[in-house]
Amino acid sequence: MTLAWFLIRRVLTGIVVLWAVASGTFFLFFARPVQTVAHQLAGRTATPAVIQNVINQLGLNQPIMTQYWHFLGRLLHGNLGYSFFTQESVNTMIKQDLPPTASLVVGGVILWLIAGLGVGILSATRARSLFDRGSTVLVLIGLSMPVFVVGELLIVAVFVPLNQHGLTWIQTQYAGPSQGLGAWSGHMLLPWISLAVVQAAIYTRLMRGQLLTTLGEDYIRTARAKGLSERRVIFTHGVRAALTPVVSQLGIDIGQLLGGVVVIEVVFGLQGLGQVAVAAIYQDDLPVIIGFVLVAAAFVVVANIVVDLVYTVLDPRVRIA
Amino acid sequence: MSITDLERQAQQAENAPVHAIEGRSQWSLTRQRLRRDKVAMASLAVIVIMVLLAIFAPAFAVLVHHPANAAYPITGENSAGQPVGPGTNGFWLGTDDTGRDLMVRVFYGARISLFVGIVTTAIATVAGVTIGMIAGYFGGIIDTILARVTDAVLAFPYVVLALALAVVFGPSLTIVIAVISFFSWAGIARIVRGQTLSLKEKEYIEAARSIGAGPLRIMFIDILPNLLAPVLVLATLYIPSAVVFESTLSFLGLGIQPPTASWGSMLSAAQPFYQTAWWFVVFPALALLITTLAFNLLGDGIRDAMDPTTERLVAARRRKGPRGSPSRSRNDDLDLIIAGDAK
Repeated sequence: MTLAWFLIRRVLTGIVVLWAVASGTFFLFFARPVQTVAHQLAGRTATPAVIQNVINQLGLNQPIMTQYWHFLGRLLHGNLGYSFFTQESVNTMIKQDLPPTASLVVGGVILWLIAGLGVGILSATRARSLFDRGSTVLVLIGLSMPVFVVGELLIVAVFVPLNQHGLTWIQTQYAGPSQGLGAWSGHMLLPWISLAVVQAAIYTRLMRGQLLTTLGEDYIRTARAKGLSERRVIFTHGVRAALTPVVSQLGIDIGQLLGGVVVIEVVFGLQGLGQVAVAAIYQDDLPVIIGFVLVAAAFVVVANIVVDLVYTVLDPRVRIA
Repeated sequence: MSITDLERQAQQAENAPVHAIEGRSQWSLTRQRLRRDKVAMASLAVIVIMVLLAIFAPAFAVLVHHPANAAYPITGENSAGQPVGPGTNGFWLGTDDTGRDLMVRVFYGARISLFVGIVTTAIATVAGVTIGMIAGYFGGIIDTILARVTDAVLAFPYVVLALALAVVFGPSLTIVIAVISFFSWAGIARIVRGQTLSLKEKEYIEAARSIGAGPLRIMFIDILPNLLAPVLVLATLYIPSAVVFESTLSFLGLGIQPPTASWGSMLSAAQPFYQTAWWFVVFPALALLITTLAFNLLGDGIRDAMDPTTERLVAARRRKGPRGSPSRSRNDDLDLIIAGDAK
């Protein structure tokens, strides 16, 4: 019952958030004169009459509030509108460009959590060992690297030499899973690593600190005293308690993750939502921009609901209310 | 031991020159510990060198006769119109896509990066401390609203919004600084709020209130000095992330506009040259990495120096402990131990 209430409440707030984000983006871009869009569409040599014609066709001549109501009405029907430039439906565009982005996010997050938590646990259980010191240095280097620098260095240091020596498994563009899992993972490997490196660094650090604190607690000593294996002590008793702050950090980072996704798509030419959004931003293609922002916001909202649910599983003291 | 021995000793003690017991503040203790931290000192040296390179970049350009924005199509490019490598024709680090001196431009890039990093961190720190302190001190509805806003800013996909803002207002240095500051204050505000929440329950705040101090006085004179330590650490760690943020915006073409040199835009321009001109990618990337790494290491060092219970210092003390280190006086050890036990 409480779970149902929790979900209903969170979904409702989520919808309010989505509305606020969509409206914010809508009005932000209407701070720009519509002339620029029309100019780009009509070409450099267009007469004022042609430009006015384009403005009328796009419906940009109507008062802002009228346009806003139209926009909200369409949105309620699940229609994100049509690109100013290609007249393509934004819904179709999103469906087309989602696979590279989804591959990147899912694979990247899995790699990032495995690397971050794994290294964090290893260095906490071997505190002050050579491994621990080495990983601390690596973490700081990771923290200092912008995503695109990681990507570019990977291309220069891995992709280029491998391909010069005839090893063509690692590629840069996107290939869907339909072209074979090998091709897909080969194309996605470097993007996954780039996404994971920077984020994993933060999590290694957080996990190590939390686990070290937890392992110093009395109940861990009790667990050892009653003869549990070291593995059970660390994983069932230690890691589970140490995970809670890590999970709440995850809720915050999911929003930031999307920024990294945009940059990685540009670096590796993945043709996903991020790259389309950047192109749309350059062109003032408002419907496409709003579509992307809405997908991003929805992703953040859903991910945060999931994070909160995981939170209650990890820490039974936290009730969903 | 005979009584005369004791008398002599007492005499000696009385005649010994009187040393005033020096009170040492938290800050001087921190400085001392920091000075002993080799990694932090090396990072500080790297930062000072970077700042000097940035300041004297124009002088350097005069020295090698290559102004930052001047292209050298004849000496700076080979016959195929490609950039030339390091050490060719007086270009120490090679040239970029239009035959400009890469080294001079990397130094000029340091000007932008450091300027943006320091200015945005200053703005974000002032804003974050003010907002966090107000939220934590007043509590209630003000706190709820400010905390919600802080959370919203923290959770927002900032690169996306930063891109949008940069396009709407047109890319410029001012917009870059405004955008980065806007997304940086929230983290500081959150920590300051937490600290203020615990500080305002302390007795001395109650004492201040009982003698009639107003909220402004309490916040700025009684609470603020106690916040300085965590804020200083945070600020040192925010500078590198601002540098990264700036280079990301410039990389996407929405930050510093050409021909002004910035590490981000150089790396963006280098994209078509992965295969042919590695130096075009590697040197700006290295400059960026070295700078951010130095700030991160220094921030870490300051944090460790302020909190003597951190493991790194404890471990170092243990390592050196039994053998004793000649460079350190007994007094310093005592300080460390007392400060450590007090925590």
